[in-house]
Amino acid sequence: MTVVAQTAGRRPEGVVRRLAGFLHRRPRLRLALLLTAPLLWLAVLYLGSLTVLFVSAFWTTNSFTSEVVKVWSTDNFQALFTTPVYRQVILRSVGVALAVTALCAVIAFPVAFYTARVARPRWRPLLVVAILTPLWASYLVKVYAWRLILSQGGLADWMLEPFGIGGPGFGLPAAVLTLTYLWLPYMILPVHTALGQLPAHLLDASADLGARPGRTFRSVVVPMVLPSLAAGSIFTFSLSLGDYITVQIVGGKTQLIGNLVYSNIELNLPMAAALGTVPVVVIVLYLLAMRRTGALSSL
Amino acid sequence: MEGSAIRLEGLRKSFGETAAVAGVDLEIRDGEFFSMLGPSGSGKTTVLRLIAGFETPTEGRIELAGQEVTGLAPFERDVHTVFQDYALFPHMTVEQNVAYALKVRKVPKAERLVRARKALAEVRLEGYGKRRPAQLSGGQRQRVALARALVGRPRVLLLDEPLGALDLKLREQMQVELKALQREVGITFVFVTHDQEEALTMSDRIAVFQQGRIEQVGTPAEIYERPATSFVASFVGTSNLLTGESAQRVVGAPGTYSVRPEKIRVLKESATADEPEHATATGTVAEVVYLGDSTRFLVDLDAGGRLTALQQNLETSAEDVAAYRGTRVRLQWHRRHTVQVPDAAR
Repeated sequence: MTVVAQTAGRRPEGVVRRLAGFLHRRPRLRLALLLTAPLLWLAVLYLGSLTVLFVSAFWTTNSFTSEVVKVWSTDNFQALFTTPVYRQVILRSVGVALAVTALCAVIAFPVAFYTARVARPRWRPLLVVAILTPLWASYLVKVYAWRLILSQGGLADWMLEPFGIGGPGFGLPAAVLTLTYLWLPYMILPVHTALGQLPAHLLDASADLGARPGRTFRSVVVPMVLPSLAAGSIFTFSLSLGDYITVQIVGGKTQLIGNLVYSNIELNLPMAAALGTVPVVVIVLYLLAMRRTGALSSL
Repeated sequence: MEGSAIRLEGLRKSFGETAAVAGVDLEIRDGEFFSMLGPSGSGKTTVLRLIAGFETPTEGRIELAGQEVTGLAPFERDVHTVFQDYALFPHMTVEQNVAYALKVRKVPKAERLVRARKALAEVRLEGYGKRRPAQLSGGQRQRVALARALVGRPRVLLLDEPLGALDLKLREQMQVELKALQREVGITFVFVTHDQEEALTMSDRIAVFQQGRIEQVGTPAEIYERPATSFVASFVGTSNLLTGESAQRVVGAPGTYSVRPEKIRVLKESATADEPEHATATGTVAEVVYLGDSTRFLVDLDAGGRLTALQQNLETSAEDVAAYRGTRVRLQWHRRHTVQVPDAAR
């Protein structure tokens, strides 16, 4: 950098201005300053711990002392596929995640349709805030609230009694129900945005060309909102797949992958690591599948 | 050309306090190219949306081909619309867009495809069927929208400023093509525009809108040569009105008069009005606007008021006409081009 005598074309220089000018001429340095800290975080802590997880899954334990023995073996992964309990739990976990996602989608769509298109425009931001408020409350508080609702003689039982049926009680359905409640806002929000951005004249055009509302919904609304549904499903699916506390509280004896990881972590750490890689792999596969719908670009 | 395609009776549409359409009666004939011309906010687009069924009138009746459709939904009316921004479905291919009206009516797939291709050929877009709307230029999207609206052969085609987003060259080309297409398919076109030139070049008849009302309905020649109100006189073509004192002195009678700029010749002040059928007025050239093929002279009359005269640059160059600025001139035109505008009160 050469210091040039002040000319009419140049503003007077202060230290800050000179520094800004210096950086302006060095885009790489700028980028380095911006990204070093976050990249360190990502690479060392996040990817690093994932690597440790994956590597330790190939170790074994001393069955008497439960101490980790650093001997390479694929026994843990073999156990995942051959032990019926593990297989069952994995399938059940994926099933729960899919069920929660499907329920969220079914509930979110009409809600988002109302908040984005039916409600008066000035109420819409308030409604979105209302949908998001449950996220301000602690996760545990909400799950225990559901425990109360679903407990014997609780709100669910009381409300369903006139119909001659009882509440679902604690178990798999209760877990699905509670998880659906927990992650619903993550589904409503992207769908709300997509429906809000859906140009009204496209709906007019569809009706104008002779389509009844049902046809317009199937041929125009759903295909155009699909990417955002997929985007929302990434949240609901991965959050459900990783959950184990809700299941512990309202799931009765039901076990999901998370519970197995939790129960193995003291006794058999490598097995817990092997179990832990399962949701990571499933979610990567799910993301790859969702990428095809264009969901990732609408996040 | 017999029979009416559309009949509007006492049509009103209010949005809250404001009346977008304040009493419109109109009959559009079968097979006509009909334009609704007016400035933005004049209610022309609202009338179009009422005909299409996107809005329900506050008052009044709408008939399509002799049948009342006032309360019917858009999908129950035999009209299709070409939207201002085309409104093509972005997730469908061009072909799927065009075939949509047929698919909705459960036309068999094979026939759908044949008719969609034919419609695309009509708008000269053969071979574009597999593309997405995003891959097309503005002019091409315009054509797809046209093909999509025409493929179902509606009784009436509504066009909402369809050429507004195109550049000048393309717009002029599309004007010619639209008119040719309309003759070919024989469907009634109702064309909304704020561009008076567009309306004049394409239409069989024009309705001029202002503040939710129709000011005048007539052929392009009637609208241009015999404006019924001072609004029509000023909105269609250049405003050139003689009123009050200047009307009395130039025309010789009180009232409001319109003279089209191209009818007026700009002469030297010393030139005399030799023929009795010529009207004449002297004044000072206030401004000269060189337009390339012609020049516009803004002349402040001695009698008061200002007239615009348009002269072809037959033998004059830009420098020649610029020299006129500030000079004294005599304006002269044939008396039959002095048109009395009835509503002097407005």
